[in-house]
Amino acid sequence: MSTGVLDMELELEAKHPPAAMPRYRDMPLTDRAVLEAPNMVSVEDLNLFYGSKQALHGINLEVRKNTVMALIGPSGCGKSTLLRCINRMNDLIDNVKIDGRIRVGESDIYAPDVDVIGLRMRMGMVFQKSNPFPKSIYENVAYGLRVQGVKNRAVLDEAVERSLISAGLWDEVKDRLNESGLGLSGGQQQRLCIARALAVKPEVLLMDEPCSALDPLATSRIEELIFELKRDFTIVIVTHNMQQAARVSDFTAFFWMGKLIEVGLTEKLFTNPRERMTEDYISGRFG
Amino acid sequence: MVWLSGAALALSLMMMLGLVGYIAVKGLGFFWPSPIVQVQTTEGLILGEISAQEKAHGSDPAKTQFRVCNRDLYGQDYRWVPSAEIQALQRPLDAVLIERLENGPFIGFIQENTGDKLSLRTVDGQTLEVPSGQVVRIIPSNALGVVGKSRVYASRLWEFVAGAPRESNTEGGVFPAIFGTVMMVLLMSIAVVPLGVLAALFLREYARQGWVIRALRIAVNNLAGVPSIVFGIFGLGFFIYTVGGTLDQIFFSQKLPTPTFGTGGILWASLTLALLTVPVVIVSTEEALASVPRSQREASLALGATKWQTIWKVVLPGALPGILTGLVLAMARGAGEVAPLMLTGVVKLAPSMPLDGSFPFLHLDRKFMHLGFHIYDVGFQSPNSEAAKPMVFMTTLLLLLIVLLLNLAALRLRSKLRARVGGSSF
Repeated sequence: MSTGVLDMELELEAKHPPAAMPRYRDMPLTDRAVLEAPNMVSVEDLNLFYGSKQALHGINLEVRKNTVMALIGPSGCGKSTLLRCINRMNDLIDNVKIDGRIRVGESDIYAPDVDVIGLRMRMGMVFQKSNPFPKSIYENVAYGLRVQGVKNRAVLDEAVERSLISAGLWDEVKDRLNESGLGLSGGQQQRLCIARALAVKPEVLLMDEPCSALDPLATSRIEELIFELKRDFTIVIVTHNMQQAARVSDFTAFFWMGKLIEVGLTEKLFTNPRERMTEDYISGRFG
Repeated sequence: MVWLSGAALALSLMMMLGLVGYIAVKGLGFFWPSPIVQVQTTEGLILGEISAQEKAHGSDPAKTQFRVCNRDLYGQDYRWVPSAEIQALQRPLDAVLIERLENGPFIGFIQENTGDKLSLRTVDGQTLEVPSGQVVRIIPSNALGVVGKSRVYASRLWEFVAGAPRESNTEGGVFPAIFGTVMMVLLMSIAVVPLGVLAALFLREYARQGWVIRALRIAVNNLAGVPSIVFGIFGLGFFIYTVGGTLDQIFFSQKLPTPTFGTGGILWASLTLALLTVPVVIVSTEEALASVPRSQREASLALGATKWQTIWKVVLPGALPGILTGLVLAMARGAGEVAPLMLTGVVKLAPSMPLDGSFPFLHLDRKFMHLGFHIYDVGFQSPNSEAAKPMVFMTTLLLLLIVLLLNLAALRLRSKLRARVGGSSF
């Protein structure tokens, strides 16, 4: 039974020799760029109610530009709900009431005059389960531009190629761009979804457990990708996998029962948490 | 339970196969030339095809029915003879069956063929002359081999499918009725798809789900159960008298009081049938819309697509196979309806087709013929329904075939689309 797992690890090791693995793990803690980066997303005193049930309690959180913020916590703690507040996807659910503020850049995205469609164009989102459209690979990536009214073939071609290269998928699919996106493997589909989100050049990339349905190999590809992408984008990632949070993020926020318990530099939060509850959770004592 | 449900399925399948088989046997056998027999009875010689036999019932003796034809001489096509009286049965090789344009077929012997007319003699000695122009075909049934009979069969079948009707529809072909049926179903599809899909879109995507929508949905489902004649009456009152009458007032006032659109026509019949079948399309479209995964809608919205863009580019393409399923069901239902058509534009014999070479080519105001109505008319309204019985079976078979073909075409389209769309489970 254990041979299967062992095989998989060996395979993983063969493709990614240990020397290469820590490449993004030993990021210097005192990277001044990270510490001094300006705020990209600021959540201020956010409360969210599903009907009469309160799902988020007074959240205050700041995500800095070109960093990765990991949201961790047990199921139902509100981390996905918070993520979906940032591009106002919760608007689609009836009976949701929100108070407090979320600022992206300088603008309050819950101000009454905000153009939600325009906001969502600035926010890329990658979902838990890969959800390519039943269209060709090309049309999947071009979708975001097409809904913006872009018809120029050259512009679309350029965006498709750039996005697929960024998502690390170009070499695998460049000869079959007209085939259905549903014909790709699970990991490729998820990278296709990432490319689709990147095509519109979003400012923030929101990832809702992007690796939870993937095998370890595909997961490590996505993690490498996240590390690459933060050069150009600000990333908020929800994850259940604490190793993943530790590997990919600069900052980590721990949620419990709709409350933000602790937020800080990832290295610090994982090695020396301030709160007892955080320590219990990351050491696997509950959750 | 497995056995019970299996048996129920088997029973319904058997009943359906039995029905279709019966119709096929009764109808398809009609064009095969039957032997012409000559018998001696107490009333004299009889020459004709044996068309039916009846066993003795109590005091009634066993009887045999002969199709003697020669309606102009005998007054009727058929004769019953007590089986016991039949003697000296033989099949004269020179006996012929002549199909004529008028008065039904003739059975007898050819005395002389001058080229422009035929001199004929019946078995009981009467003579008559028929101009050659009146003759459709001469069939010496007893002298023909299998090949010859097959030729006759093919020629009759072709006339039936591609020819125009004769003798108040009891002979000849049904082509105008085929054409009318197909055209009406196509027009109906053109009307019913946008109507049904838009209605379903509103119900499923835009309306706030609540008791009002639930009630509406129940009402739509119930609409499918309203007797079709009621739709016919509505079509007559609304489309023909109100809409058509108004159109006439505005555009065709110089022709009044002769109505143009204010009377039954293929357009009104198609629209009436579209109303009749729209619940089917609404229900299956709603199901198809619901089957498009939420994750795909979210992906589209998260990319900054508007609700309408999401519906147009993601939801509708995903739902297309299901929408086509609804269309197939609607077409099958629409092609088989007769009652509403009788009030909205079907006629026994249409002088011209709704599509022809004269401007503007598509004549939506014209009355048309329909296979379903043809069955009713030939079978139950014809002065000579006994002679027309096989025609009824053939027409029924043809109608079933057309419904099957329309369905197959839609199914093919659907499977093609599904291969392109992938996934969706309809």
